Amino acid sequence: MTASRQTLLRVSGLQKLFPIRKGFLKRTVGHVRAVDGVNFHIDEGETLGLVGESGCGKTTTARCILRAIEPTAGEVFMRVAEGSVVEMGKLRPAQLRALRREMQMIFQDPFTSLNPRMTLLDLVGEPLLVHGLRSRREREERVADLLRRVGLRPEYMRRFPHAFSGGERQRIGIARALALHPRLVVADEPVSALDVSVQAQILNLLLDLQSELRLTYLFVAHDLSVVRHISNRVAVMYVGRMVELAETEELFSRPRHPYTAALLSAVPEPDPRTRSRRIVLQGEVANPASPPGGCFFHPRCPHAIEVCRTQVPAWQETSPAHFAACHRAQELQLAGVE
Amino acid sequence: MIARPLLSVRNLKTYFAQDEGTVRAVDGVSFDVAPGATLGIVGESGCGKSITARSIMRIVDRPGRIVEGEINFRRPSTPGGDGPVVDLTKLEPNGVEMRAIRGAEIALIFQEPMSSFSPVHSVGNQIIEAILLHQPLGRRAARERAIEMLRRTGVSSPEERMDQLSNQLSGGLRQRAMIAMALSCEPTLLIADEPTTALDVTTQTQILELMRRLQQEDGMAIMLITHDLGVVAEMATDVAVMYLGRVVEQAPVDAIFHDPRHPYTRALLRSIPRIRSRTRERLTPIAGAVPHPYDRPTGCPFHPRCADFMPGKCDRQAPSLRSVGDHHAVSCFLYE
Repeated sequence: MTASRQTLLRVSGLQKLFPIRKGFLKRTVGHVRAVDGVNFHIDEGETLGLVGESGCGKTTTARCILRAIEPTAGEVFMRVAEGSVVEMGKLRPAQLRALRREMQMIFQDPFTSLNPRMTLLDLVGEPLLVHGLRSRREREERVADLLRRVGLRPEYMRRFPHAFSGGERQRIGIARALALHPRLVVADEPVSALDVSVQAQILNLLLDLQSELRLTYLFVAHDLSVVRHISNRVAVMYVGRMVELAETEELFSRPRHPYTAALLSAVPEPDPRTRSRRIVLQGEVANPASPPGGCFFHPRCPHAIEVCRTQVPAWQETSPAHFAACHRAQELQLAGVE
Repeated sequence: MIARPLLSVRNLKTYFAQDEGTVRAVDGVSFDVAPGATLGIVGESGCGKSITARSIMRIVDRPGRIVEGEINFRRPSTPGGDGPVVDLTKLEPNGVEMRAIRGAEIALIFQEPMSSFSPVHSVGNQIIEAILLHQPLGRRAARERAIEMLRRTGVSSPEERMDQLSNQLSGGLRQRAMIAMALSCEPTLLIADEPTTALDVTTQTQILELMRRLQQEDGMAIMLITHDLGVVAEMATDVAVMYLGRVVEQAPVDAIFHDPRHPYTRALLRSIPRIRSRTRERLTPIAGAVPHPYDRPTGCPFHPRCADFMPGKCDRQAPSLRSVGDHHAVSCFLYE
């Protein structure tokens, strides 16, 4: 990666609390700390992979960035097309709408994310219409072009999504996301609902589109093999907090956080000769409504010491561009995968 | 192929007759499971792996029906000698003998443990019911046995969990409780249908580890159905690869991953992203998609996507499973 790249998106201190309400009066009795103080940036043209297990806050983070939900605290800075940097929380509704053209989302489930009563032309053309492309003929031309780009025949334009397979539907979802020339695409588990033999087609398509259209991706996923394949850098989340962030090769070969190391070792490899001793974590993911004190990972961590129980570890740069939140990040020698 | 298999499925066909046409969900499947071994059955959606499992359990929902084939199951040995071999397709699905086998000698665990427990009865009562149904135990002994099984499957404070409802348990705990229930009657065959697909990866490791330990202790055979080639490589001794209702290749696990012969197996292994692969490298996908079940290709079902397609041959006839080596069988005209 070249050092001269510009930052497209910067997230600072992002927090999202969901109130827990109980009783007749729906009093707030506590909060689910879905996202709790997350910091990162994404450079123009790169892919940042965001991984973690269910409930770790990765999807909530993505939704806060797109302002699909309002964060409780924190700032999201986006460099807009003209080059100036705006803080999304300070925008008026009209300005936010304009900025939304530049940030689009691809969803996990191509079976529920497309309206079954709309043709491909309507589905892919809808964002064009909403953002002011009134001429039907121009819209058709643009939709045809988009369908070609994602590997679908433009003749299919009048068909409904049920006529298509899961992989093809995901292509339709991608075409729809690309309709307004976005610069940032947030992809939330875009291949996890697809058959194994189709995943590769979609991953290749995402790589091709990125280089053709100079897209920037935030790629949210739980599958580490998929994430390794597509990301320049990878961030790992655990119970609403970011625990590690580094360039992909660095993170996979030299993890600094015990949770990352455990995640890496848990991935079953498609090769019976690599059956190895896995790090089997005890217990379960902490409850984000009542997380443990100190480091949230300490009850399951094989390397936990006294300080881990009492103090929240700081987010520190352990080596250039490699960040981890672990009291023992510097001293532990953790195994990764080469 | 195996001298004295525990389960031997021969030319099994399970069809679903519907208004739009007949879906041949399982279309001539044959494989063996050796006692104490783990057979991995891999395939993508619609390949018939789950219907194969349901056919063995004789719980195929209407309009599905076994139209042909044999499912020979060796029942547990009696003190006097070997257990008898019965063809499960000949049994009445709700008859006495099938009910004695189902749940006791062959147990099934599903992907979604939420749907296999009743939401209105406590987890403990459901395990006790299963034990009372199959074992000559009193209620108190059955309760002790249920607690013991929960403890063996790593459920913390099992006495308290007994009284909880399944929706009060986390995904990992529910899966443990389901395994406890499945193994409470000491089956000789455990069919696990995508047992870890709904779980997080660190929980998956725990459950796979648990299944391996219980297999070592109890010696049951496992039929592990999954779409995840990593899970198969991790767990299986032998593997059957299915595509559109057929077994296209069966071999010992090492041969499947290091000497695959069928073009589908080869393509599948080439297409998957690997954790040790280079970053941002293009993958080699399989063209097209799995066909719709009403739209089944003629001849070899894989031919429209196959790189080695031979016109006039693969689209006309269906190849049969042939031996190409030690316990290694392939269904492809390249080897005929």
